[in-house]
Amino acid sequence: MSKIESNIPEGNLEQKWSKYKSTVALVNPANKRSLEIIVIGSGLAGSSAAASLAEMGYKVKVFCFQDSPRRAHSIAAQGGINAAKNYQNDGDSTYRLFYDTIKGGDYRAREGNVHRLAEVSANIIDQCVAQGVPLAREYGGMLSNRSFGGTQVQRTFYAAGQTGQQLLLGAYSALERQVGLGAVEMYSRHEMLEVVIIDGKARGIIARDLVNGKLERHFGHAVLLCTGGYGNVFYLSTNAMGSNVTAAWKAHKRGAFFGNPCYTQIHPTCIPVSGDHQSKLTLMSESLRNDGRIWVPKKQGDTRKANEIPEEERDYYLERRYPAFGNLVPRDVASRAAKERCDAGFGVGNSKMAVYLDYKAAIDRYGKTQAKKLNIDNPTAEQLSEFGKQVVQEKYGNLFEMYDQITGENPYEVPMRIYPAVHYTMGGLWVDYNLMTTVPGMYALGEANFSDHGANRLGASALMQGLADGYFVIPYTIGAYLSKEISVKPISTDHEAFVNAENDVRTIIDKFFSIKGTKSVDHFHKRLGKIMWGKCGMARNEKGLEEAIQEIRVLREEFWTDLRVLGTPNEFNPELEKAGRVADFLELGELMCIDALNRNESCGGHFREEYQTDEGEANRDDVNFSYVAAWENKGNNNYELHKEELKFEAIKIAARSYK
Amino acid sequence: MSTGNMNLTLKIWRQKNGKEAGNLVSYQVKDISPDMSFLEMIDVLNEQLINKGDESIAFDHDCREGICGMCSMFINGRAHGPKEGITTCQLHMRSFKDGDTIVVEPWRAASFPVIKDLTVDRSAFDRIIAKGGYISVNTGNAQDANNIPIPKTEADAAFNAAACIGCGACVATCKNSSAMLFVAAKISQFALLPQGQVERETRALNMVNQMDEEGFGNCTNTGACEVECPKGISLENIARMNREFYLANIK
Repeated sequence: MSKIESNIPEGNLEQKWSKYKSTVALVNPANKRSLEIIVIGSGLAGSSAAASLAEMGYKVKVFCFQDSPRRAHSIAAQGGINAAKNYQNDGDSTYRLFYDTIKGGDYRAREGNVHRLAEVSANIIDQCVAQGVPLAREYGGMLSNRSFGGTQVQRTFYAAGQTGQQLLLGAYSALERQVGLGAVEMYSRHEMLEVVIIDGKARGIIARDLVNGKLERHFGHAVLLCTGGYGNVFYLSTNAMGSNVTAAWKAHKRGAFFGNPCYTQIHPTCIPVSGDHQSKLTLMSESLRNDGRIWVPKKQGDTRKANEIPEEERDYYLERRYPAFGNLVPRDVASRAAKERCDAGFGVGNSKMAVYLDYKAAIDRYGKTQAKKLNIDNPTAEQLSEFGKQVVQEKYGNLFEMYDQITGENPYEVPMRIYPAVHYTMGGLWVDYNLMTTVPGMYALGEANFSDHGANRLGASALMQGLADGYFVIPYTIGAYLSKEISVKPISTDHEAFVNAENDVRTIIDKFFSIKGTKSVDHFHKRLGKIMWGKCGMARNEKGLEEAIQEIRVLREEFWTDLRVLGTPNEFNPELEKAGRVADFLELGELMCIDALNRNESCGGHFREEYQTDEGEANRDDVNFSYVAAWENKGNNNYELHKEELKFEAIKIAARSYK
Repeated sequence: MSTGNMNLTLKIWRQKNGKEAGNLVSYQVKDISPDMSFLEMIDVLNEQLINKGDESIAFDHDCREGICGMCSMFINGRAHGPKEGITTCQLHMRSFKDGDTIVVEPWRAASFPVIKDLTVDRSAFDRIIAKGGYISVNTGNAQDANNIPIPKTEADAAFNAAACIGCGACVATCKNSSAMLFVAAKISQFALLPQGQVERETRALNMVNQMDEEGFGNCTNTGACEVECPKGISLENIARMNREFYLANIK
C-alpha cells in the first residue's frame, strides 16, 4: 500500500547521521555553479538554507511575500532556542534532547530525524554567535540558559524575549551577504502560486509579483519550500496575518503528500480574545512559565479581583496535577488543563475564558535575593517589591510591556490573564530523511514539513529545527539528489509545463474577479476559523469532526459563488492575495478534519474526547496508530491515506507522564 | 483615553500606484471599540469599503505584535502614531477619543517610494545591509560559542542596537529623511562585538556609501528619530557610526 520510504540510514542511531554525511554523494564546485535552487520563504529555514547553499556555490533564488526577507514570522519567536550544549553542567546531552523531543512529541516522531536534530543543535548556537547574534550572557561573559516546558535541564539559549528576531536577523544578514555577492537573487513581494513539474520532478515555480501583478516563471533544478505553518486556517492564531499554506498546498495538489495535518499546537499562554474585531492573537512567551505561577480561583464563578483572592482559595492546578514538572509541563498538557478549568466554570476575566499567570511570588523571591546582593538587611516591603520588579523587568520586560500595551493592565501589579491559542502546526508536507517530499526535487524545511515534533512540539524547538534544516541538513542532503542532476541543463521557461502552470494560476485569479459576489475574503476566513476552532481545535470528537467536514464543504461552495474581490489582477492587490490563501485554507481545513477523524486516539496536540484516561489525560493507541498519516491528494478534495510505520529502536515507547 | 465606543473621521492617503498622484480622502467609522488595535480599526473600514463596492486601503502589516517592522503609518503627523515605543499595530484605539479626526499618511521619503496608498518600498534598507550588515562567516566555520567570553554589558549594548526592526520610522520622521539611525544600529551591533572587529572598517565605509547612494539625507542631530523609534534605538549609535566611519577613512 505504501508508496513512501523514509530513507533513514541503517545502523546505530548515534551513527546514522555521521555515516550519512561521510557517504552521501557530493557535487563538485564547478557543477554547483551550474545548478539552480529555488527557495520559497525567508524565515529561519529559508534564509539559512539559501545562505548556506549559496556559500557552497549553488545559484539560488529566494522568494518571499513580505517587503523584505527580514519580516518572515520566525522574527516573532520570543522565548528561545534549545541546544544540547550542557553549559550548565546539569546533565544535558544529545541523547537527553533527543529523548525529551520524542517524548514531548508523544512518540509520534521519527527517531532518526530527531536524533540528527539533537546532534546539530550545538552547531547552531556556535554558528549564530559567530554571526554576531547577541544571545544573553552572564556576568562572566558566558552564554546564559533558561528552562522551557517538557524538560528538566536548562538548555534554552535566548536574546531577551526577541530570540527569533535575533536569530532571523543573523540568517538574514548571511542571506543579504550572498545577495551582495551576487550568489542569491532576492525576490521580495513575490508569492509562489504554483510548482512546475516536468517528467515527475520539480523544475520550477510560477510566482506573482505582488507590486504589478505580473506572473513570472522561474526554473530551478530543485525547489525548497520553507514556507512555515498553516495555523491561520483557524483565522485567529499567533501567526502573522500573511502566514499561509498556499505554497505547500499547491505542492500537495501536485503530488507531495501532506503529513499529519491534524497535529496543531495550541499554545497555553496567549492574551485572551477581547472581541469580534480581533484579527490575531498575541503569545506571551513560554519563558514566563519559568517564574510565573498559573492559577484559577477554587470557587466557581468567583467574581472577586485577583488580588482579593487569598492564597488558600487559589488553585495552582498545574502544580497540583503535575508536581514533577509543575508550571513547566509541555504546551499541549498546559493548554488542555486551562481549557478544563474554564469549561468547568473556574475561568476568570470578563469572558471567563482565561486563567491567571501570576508573578507575585517571583517578584517576592527575586526581591529578597536582590536585597541580599545589595547588603540590605531589613528591607521594607516596598523595597522588596521594587527590587523584585527590577529583576523581573530585566528578564521579561518587553513581554510585560506588550501585555500592558494590548490589555491596558499592568502585569507587575495584577496577574496576567491568559488563554490557549493556535500557535504552531506540527503537521506539514511529508518528507523523507533528506527533507524531500514525495515529488523528487521538491523539499520542505522548517515548520512547513512534518518531520521532527511528532504530535506536540516542545518550546524553543521550532527555531532549532528551522535552523538545523537550513544550516546543517539540507546542505548535505540536497547533494544526494543534485549529484544526479549535474548534466541537466536549465529548462526553458517556454516549456509547455511552465505555460500550463501559468495558465492554471491565471484561471484561478480570473475566477476570483468573475464571481462578483457580496462577501469579503475575511468574511469567509472568519467563518472557517470558527468551524475549525470549535470542532477541530483543542478538543475534537467524531460527531463534531463529521459536522465540520460538511460545514466546510458548504462554506467552500459559498466562497466560490459569493466572494467579492475588487480591483484588478495587474496591480498591488492585497484582497486578491488573501483570496488565494483562503481558497487553499478552505481545502486544507477539510483534510485536517479528515485526518483528525481517522486518528482514533489522543496524542499530543490531537485530543479526541472519546480517547482519554479517567484523569483526563490523552490516551494513545500505539497498536493501531503508531504511524505517520501521509495524505495523497487525488483531486476534487479526495484524499488517500498512506501510512509510515514509526519504529522505536532506541527508546522504549511508554505512556507520557509529567506527574 | 476613551473607554466607550467611538465614532471617528479618518483622512487617509489614497494613491493608486507610484506613478499617479495621491490625495487625502475622508471616511467615517462608527462604533469603534477602545480595545481594537489601530490596524483592526482599518480592517473595519476596509470591510465597510468592500461592502460598498469600493477598493480597500492597501497598507503593510504582518506580525501585528510589534516585531516584524512591516507596519508603517504616519498618524496625525507622527510615525506609528501618538504613543512612544510602539509600532502602529501595537497602537490601540483607547489612545483616541470619540469624535476625533485622524490623518493617516504613508512614510514620506524620496528613498521610500509609494507603491499604493499607505504602502511604501523600503528595499533600500536591504541593499544597505547587503553591502556590509553582516559578519562574513560561512556556515560550518564556527568555533564553540563560549570560546570568546563577551562582557555582559557589551553583549547587552549590542543587543540593544540589534533590536532595530527596520521599519523606517526614523527615516519617515527625520526632516532630512536620514537613515542614519538604522545604519548606525547595525554598525554598532557589530562594532561592539569581538566577532565584528575583522570587517569593522570596510563595513562602516560600504554601508555608509550605500546609504548615500540610496539618497537618504544627512543627520543634523535633531533626535526625532530616537523619539519615534519603536524600539528605543539610541542616538548614541549615530555617534558611534560617525566614529567608525572617520576611523575607517583615516586608515
